[in-house]
Amino acid sequence: MDTLDQLEQQSVYILREAFRHFERLCMLWSVGKDSTVLLWLARKAFFGHVPFPLVHIDTSFKIPEMITYRDKLAMEYKLTMVVGQNVEALKAKTTFPDTQNLPDGDPKKVSRFDCCGMLKREALTNTLNGTWSRKRLNLKTGKYEIDQDKEPYNGVIVGARADEEGSRSKERYFSPRDKNNLWDVGEQPPEFWNQFKTDFAPGTHVRVHPLLDWTELHIWEYIKRENIPTVSLYYDQGSGTRYRSLGCAPCQSPIHSKAKNVDDIIAELKSGKLKNIAERSGRLQDGKHGLEELRREGYM
Amino acid sequence: VKNNATGNAQRVTAALEQMNIVIVGHVDHGKSTVVGRLLADTGSLPEGKLEAVRKECQRTGKPFEYAFLLDALTDEQDQGITIDTARSFFKTAKRDYIIIDAPGHIEFLKNMISGAARAEAAVLVIDAKEGVRENSRRHGYILSMLGINQVIICVNKMDLVGRSENTFQDIEREYRAFLKSIGAVSPKAFIPVSATNGENLAQRSLQMPWYKGPTLLESLDDFKKAPSKSDRAFRMPVQAVYKFVSQGDDRRIVAGRVEAGKAKVGDKVVFLPSNKTSTIKSIEAFNAPARKEIEAGWSTGFTLTEEIYVTRGEIMAHADHPPLVSTRFRANLIWLGKKPFSPDRDYKLKIHTQAVPVRIQQINKVIDASQASPDANAPSPVGRGTGSPQGEAKPINRHDVADLILESRQPIAFDTIAEGEATGRFVIVDGYDIAGGGIITGVEKDEKEELRAEAQRRDFNWIKGGVSQEARAAKLSHRPALVMFVGKAGVGKHKYARAVEKALFDKGMSAYMLDGTNVLLGVDSDLVWVNTTQQELVRRFAEVAHILLDAGHLVISTTNSIGLADFSAVQALISDFPVLAVDVNPAKSAIGSADLQLTGKESEPDVIAKMVGLLEKHHITNL
Repeated sequence: MDTLDQLEQQSVYILREAFRHFERLCMLWSVGKDSTVLLWLARKAFFGHVPFPLVHIDTSFKIPEMITYRDKLAMEYKLTMVVGQNVEALKAKTTFPDTQNLPDGDPKKVSRFDCCGMLKREALTNTLNGTWSRKRLNLKTGKYEIDQDKEPYNGVIVGARADEEGSRSKERYFSPRDKNNLWDVGEQPPEFWNQFKTDFAPGTHVRVHPLLDWTELHIWEYIKRENIPTVSLYYDQGSGTRYRSLGCAPCQSPIHSKAKNVDDIIAELKSGKLKNIAERSGRLQDGKHGLEELRREGYM
Repeated sequence: VKNNATGNAQRVTAALEQMNIVIVGHVDHGKSTVVGRLLADTGSLPEGKLEAVRKECQRTGKPFEYAFLLDALTDEQDQGITIDTARSFFKTAKRDYIIIDAPGHIEFLKNMISGAARAEAAVLVIDAKEGVRENSRRHGYILSMLGINQVIICVNKMDLVGRSENTFQDIEREYRAFLKSIGAVSPKAFIPVSATNGENLAQRSLQMPWYKGPTLLESLDDFKKAPSKSDRAFRMPVQAVYKFVSQGDDRRIVAGRVEAGKAKVGDKVVFLPSNKTSTIKSIEAFNAPARKEIEAGWSTGFTLTEEIYVTRGEIMAHADHPPLVSTRFRANLIWLGKKPFSPDRDYKLKIHTQAVPVRIQQINKVIDASQASPDANAPSPVGRGTGSPQGEAKPINRHDVADLILESRQPIAFDTIAEGEATGRFVIVDGYDIAGGGIITGVEKDEKEELRAEAQRRDFNWIKGGVSQEARAAKLSHRPALVMFVGKAGVGKHKYARAVEKALFDKGMSAYMLDGTNVLLGVDSDLVWVNTTQQELVRRFAEVAHILLDAGHLVISTTNSIGLADFSAVQALISDFPVLAVDVNPAKSAIGSADLQLTGKESEPDVIAKMVGLLEKHHITNL
């Protein structure tokens, strides 16, 4: 058994525990490399099937290729695909991209951090708890319809990795969130061996993290080994740049890299060339404590 | 920010082994500093991180500390302590390491345990100036209990004691004596270090020439990976049985992780505690080459030649090396609950994939793990259900360690910790929270042991007919089950049993009323009454019922001679079918363990409706 096997086996075990203990379970799928590996691991755990909905929070500012890829895989894998969105904020145009050209100091100007709070954190919270309406992909027609299911989810599988960012390294495999979706970092339950937090008060929910022990290199090595389809944005298309981490188009910048395929990326990671650049460095909303604050309040 | 390095890595390959190391010790003894400095000295930090943290310290007027490299959470930097375990990654030529930095503050002991429970080896840090403190001892005890036998002790801050060899040796002597007193494995090394100055971590200290041993980095590489568990007896706790029929998949897959040993296609397997048997037909996987054999470590799934009804929590094994089955076991446990571990009520026990109600049967001793020598109390037996402990039992409070005997409501399959880690350790859940965790040190005999042994011999060797249980159940639209009406003579058991039999039969079920008197008249006619006769009556009754159950029937029994007290004996003998008790009791006394409680005043249709509900609830009728 090599390291990839060990990581895979533990993730599969965690996914099966989650499926067993949460009646209302879903998996967040950002369409990025990590959550797509997670989706693949679910197919491993359930012998080719994905027995729970995939939830995507669509900020509407995602790069179009990501949405096409999402729907293609959803149809192919026969996924229960659910999409949530902050329709109000998008309609009112109170977002960072909509207001970035306003002069500094204009009260209507929305920061990247606050934009993330609305389009991702708030949308996620209200989609998970069923307050806002969700859309579901009809696998027969290939079109999205209003989801008749309005019930909240009490188990949410997330592709966070401990090596991505400081605050993520403090997560448990099963991390509870309270009624208001808050994460109390100091008061987390103990996790002995493979006994996870599977009992919880009504109204609360648990975030499940099967990828906690994986690193960026493991993710790419696994993508190669399993031949998992990924979006082309991760690869250099000739401009000498590529995306290392995918978010909203206005808030991410590509890195300089000539990696054209999975092998190139693995070689690049191994070479140490990216060693000194944080993985989320292209994600402009993080800033100092940015991600930690977003996460305490419910962000992935 | 990102506290690992993906690089430093000429040698990173997927095949390179990975090891989880936890850093523990008393608060402020310098754990985070050891890790921070180790990352810095091995070039495992992103470029600019060190400078960024230094600059941030200048800006806020705090003196720079290597610990800030790890303590990512805002609260932690403000308070200067580690609140939760943080993970960082670094690598040597030998392997990849995940370093788990555990908090030393007593308030965060559960976080320290969560970190340590994932580790394969540990580094325990002791402050040379402060010496051995209560959490140095407590953490040492916990490492030992968690089964972490590879430990390095770093005596840190040697620069503050003039790098004195004597101070170092005094601490080594004291701590070795402590570990010996609790029966812990002897550490791999004691290393004098100064984390702030980077002495004896990655580089050898030139200022402590008296120390000839390995540096911390050398000692880490000297840790051994745990030997493969594949050569032990086969164990797979059943995690779930999957059948994705709606996706057009007819496979019925018994899924779980192989925790020890190996199994191959064609192997005869048994499931404990139900004693059910079958044979492995295939080993299932998605997007992986077909395999005929599988071994410890794999989360897998099997299809069986004969489909049997098994449930989560059973252990799949080979008949010649089954796990233990009992309701009682001896354990060492650490308690983390806010409220003491009370002997007066049930808790939820979670062991491998099983969850059952459990209660303290006896407390042997309660240990304050922070003390130099464990203080043993006299054993204090706790009467089950008596409401109060007999004798003066010291309560098991938060952060206490206890040696005790636990009793589960129903038999469970397990191993002692010496026989198998994953099947020999457990947690206790209080309300919604994991409140304690422990290891099983031995099995305790209970009254049903001999009956269970009889049932196991019988079931493992049972000659099966050509019709499988599943086929029979599918044809009859129900599984077999034994429903026992119990209660005193004249309360109406017989009337109810007859009505239920008739009603179920009319619904198309194969219901049969077995009155104990009929067994007495024939099967028991040779028995002469002596004081063991009651047990023999119960045994024969259960064996007769077992044959009827094997034939697929829903057996409704009523007899005055077999009461609720005998119920667990019947259950021990019939582990492979559901056995339900219906207690008819006008006084409605709180026996509590019956599956259905009646007063005898209910109408027959009412009882029939309740019975239909009960069978559904136990998945006997709704297949």
